[in-house]
Amino acid sequence: MVTLLVFRTMKRLNLCKLLLDKYVVLNLKSYRSVGFDVLSSRTSHVVADRLNGIQENVWVELIELAKEVKPVNLGQGFPDFAAPEFITKALRDALKQPDIFLNQYTRSYGHPRLVNALSKLYSKLLCRELDPLNEILVTIGADEAIYCTIMALVNPGDEVIIIEPFFDIYEPVTKMAGGIPVFVPLRPKKTHGPISSADWVLDPKELASKFTNKTKMIIVNTPNNPLGKVFTRSELEMIAELCKKHNVICVMDEVYEWLVFKGSEHIRMATLPGMWERTLTIGSAGKTFSITGWKIGWLYGPRELTKFPQLLHENCISSCATPLQEAIAVGLEIENEHMGTPESYWRDLVDTLEPKRDRMAKFLTTVGMAPTVPEGGYFMMADVSEIASKIDLDAETGMKDYRFVKWLCRNKKLQGIPISAFYCNEHRNLGENFIRFCFCKEETTLEKAEQIIMDLKNSLL
Amino acid sequence: MSSRTSHVAADRLKGMQESVWVEFIRLAQEVKPVNLGQGFPDFAAPEFVTKALSDAVTGPNVLLNQYTRGFGHLRLVNALSKLYSKLLGRELDPLTEILVTVGAYEALYCTIMALVNPGDEVIIIEPFFDCYEPMTKMAGGIPVFVPLRPKKTHGPISSADWVLDPKEFASKFTNKTKMIIVNTPHNPLGKVFTRSELEMIAELCKKHNVICVMDEVYEWLVFKGSEHIRMATLPGMWERTITVGSAGKTFSVTGWKLGWLYGPHELTRPAQLLHQNCVYTCATPIQEAVAVGFEIEMERMGTPDSYWQDLIETLEPKRDRMAKFLTTVGMAPTVPEGGYFMIADFSEIGSKVNLDSEQGTKDYRFVKWLSRNKKLQGIPPSAFYCNEHKNLGEDYIRFCFFKEETTLEKAEKIIVDLKKSLT
Repeated sequence: MVTLLVFRTMKRLNLCKLLLDKYVVLNLKSYRSVGFDVLSSRTSHVVADRLNGIQENVWVELIELAKEVKPVNLGQGFPDFAAPEFITKALRDALKQPDIFLNQYTRSYGHPRLVNALSKLYSKLLCRELDPLNEILVTIGADEAIYCTIMALVNPGDEVIIIEPFFDIYEPVTKMAGGIPVFVPLRPKKTHGPISSADWVLDPKELASKFTNKTKMIIVNTPNNPLGKVFTRSELEMIAELCKKHNVICVMDEVYEWLVFKGSEHIRMATLPGMWERTLTIGSAGKTFSITGWKIGWLYGPRELTKFPQLLHENCISSCATPLQEAIAVGLEIENEHMGTPESYWRDLVDTLEPKRDRMAKFLTTVGMAPTVPEGGYFMMADVSEIASKIDLDAETGMKDYRFVKWLCRNKKLQGIPISAFYCNEHRNLGENFIRFCFCKEETTLEKAEQIIMDLKNSLL
Repeated sequence: MSSRTSHVAADRLKGMQESVWVEFIRLAQEVKPVNLGQGFPDFAAPEFVTKALSDAVTGPNVLLNQYTRGFGHLRLVNALSKLYSKLLGRELDPLTEILVTVGAYEALYCTIMALVNPGDEVIIIEPFFDCYEPMTKMAGGIPVFVPLRPKKTHGPISSADWVLDPKEFASKFTNKTKMIIVNTPHNPLGKVFTRSELEMIAELCKKHNVICVMDEVYEWLVFKGSEHIRMATLPGMWERTITVGSAGKTFSVTGWKLGWLYGPHELTRPAQLLHQNCVYTCATPIQEAVAVGFEIEMERMGTPDSYWQDLIETLEPKRDRMAKFLTTVGMAPTVPEGGYFMIADFSEIGSKVNLDSEQGTKDYRFVKWLSRNKKLQGIPPSAFYCNEHKNLGEDYIRFCFFKEETTLEKAEKIIVDLKKSLT
């Protein structure tokens, strides 16, 4: 921790940039206390309190490393192959169309063609008429859906239950809203032999103990990132019972809803008895159509709940990009027709990803990493403790998984993501043996990764 | 969900209601008027930009459809850095001094939420772009309003005639003042703040140690005789100023929702962190296309091929045409020095019309009456004033003149017929 005196000295010596870089590496908790008091004569600090404890996320540091090293990148979750042509063509057509309004502002809560397409799709899947105007909000990716949901519904002091390992933004956004995150981990119920994401479970007693009279919300991610767990109906029912008993809002992050492998089924919490009225469900065009860079997502739920994130969105972003929404609407219209048929893009995506999943699980196993085979999504977690124990990680800093990830990147040019980032401070040890890889990559990428892993194994014999 | 002790909605939404836009978009959809309300062009966006987007998504670089850098796509922040370094006369660091956002809207949101604490005062100059107030309140800040007032009431009025009263203005600065938001060129007035006006604001910012947020989205739309001056270039102001820009206004693609802010790292950094947790990153292909647009435009800046030059030359006659037909029917327009809005005092015409069937302040009633009965839509400027000062806006209507000639012709006809029907 750098004191104010040191900071001011460093500033005078024009070492500010160095200082700022070090902040990222040191994972500074109390950003505000050093006080970027450039404007120092005011009584109140420059930075708002809601940013207390908020630091740059895990991605930034590792993206910097990747730029430097240029590894085979299985880190961040996006495909390295082309987006489907029917979508990119739809955008190209939208831009050429005589309807010039497709380049101008559209409806704040969602472009009519898109909310109508979403309504049509989800009404079918939910078996209820979803009102496109009042029960849907289109957002800047699932990220903004989460942000608006939490900021619109969580007050200072409200508890928010977060299941670990969790997608990293749930915690900082809860804190920015003044909420208190309450963590409960999924744990593997076996430690030997082939492990599936289905083997990672909640302890019912432990989960129940987390619900108090301050609990406002629970966030559930299914299929889960990073595990790939697809919550079963009975697991969702257990969560539902507690939500109903304690009058808790259920936020379902279902961005990987279309990526479910053979043997599993994606079940929507919003369809469970008594849950529609207390559930907000989040989706993502980025994951749906392999266009993570378009940053369009949505949420849906009962009007009594959606009206609040709608209002927040209106005063935060105002509206989302029109031509992108138009193209996604076209994509959904096409896919709606093809669902369940051999032409379905989602069917094709699953058929493409499943062998990649199996290939990765195989080569990780042969090198002594113990993968958790995911039932859904496009990430795989692997226990690296055996292999890491054979390597000198002293040149790197941080928790064990961070050190292994950085070592692997620098020395073997293969990048993954450290899993302890998906746990709260107190539980980081639960993640420190694991690394996450993304298998939504070209065959050539996976070949290179496999080669690196094999070479690594050979080098350690 | 009544048995919980805490309410469903978070307190930060208290007092927030649907914005003026939602109500009037709905009205326009119902009535289908000649729409001079919301600010966007009704003709095609420039092809060099739309082609760039099309190329980005269908081109060989597949990564242009995937996540890019959170604080701004490299090609874009480099282009912005190149452009603004030139205009600011200082090297703008693309990585630490720029943040790319979802429109100027998110730039304002992140700036306010990242820097304003409960109890902090934020000075807002009226009439104001409507989001400044709810954003300040969401951050727990206290908006403090100070109006521009026209210094003449007869004869041709320019937006330059709308001024702050120096004493009144100075009185708004207290030891709780954290921030002031200044919009130049100004929406809805079209005022382009002069150097001495900006210096007056700057002096007070420095004296009271206040952060200056400059909403400069219309920076390229300044008509003959006026000059856009960047507060960030004034002495002592770089270190305390965040400036906001907009691709939507820059390239007439309001539906692309891409904007940015720039300033010293000490101020951009908190906004970057807030952005990271709010949207994380902006759309890659859109950023790529806007970068290409800037690269092209930077080459031709100051030449006859400049898109921005062309835009001004297109808009200035439209401005003059609208000012003329509004004047001939007895509305008193304020001729804007920049931007693409014009406000006009309709009180003379309004007094001859029965507005009883509509609700709200006088301008809301006139706008709704005009839309429903004459199929011409504007925006009521009292939406741009705080509750206590709504009377300052209620004699005015705002029209957007960034429209096709045919649209302006139709509007002119409706106005002239209206006048005839009242004589």
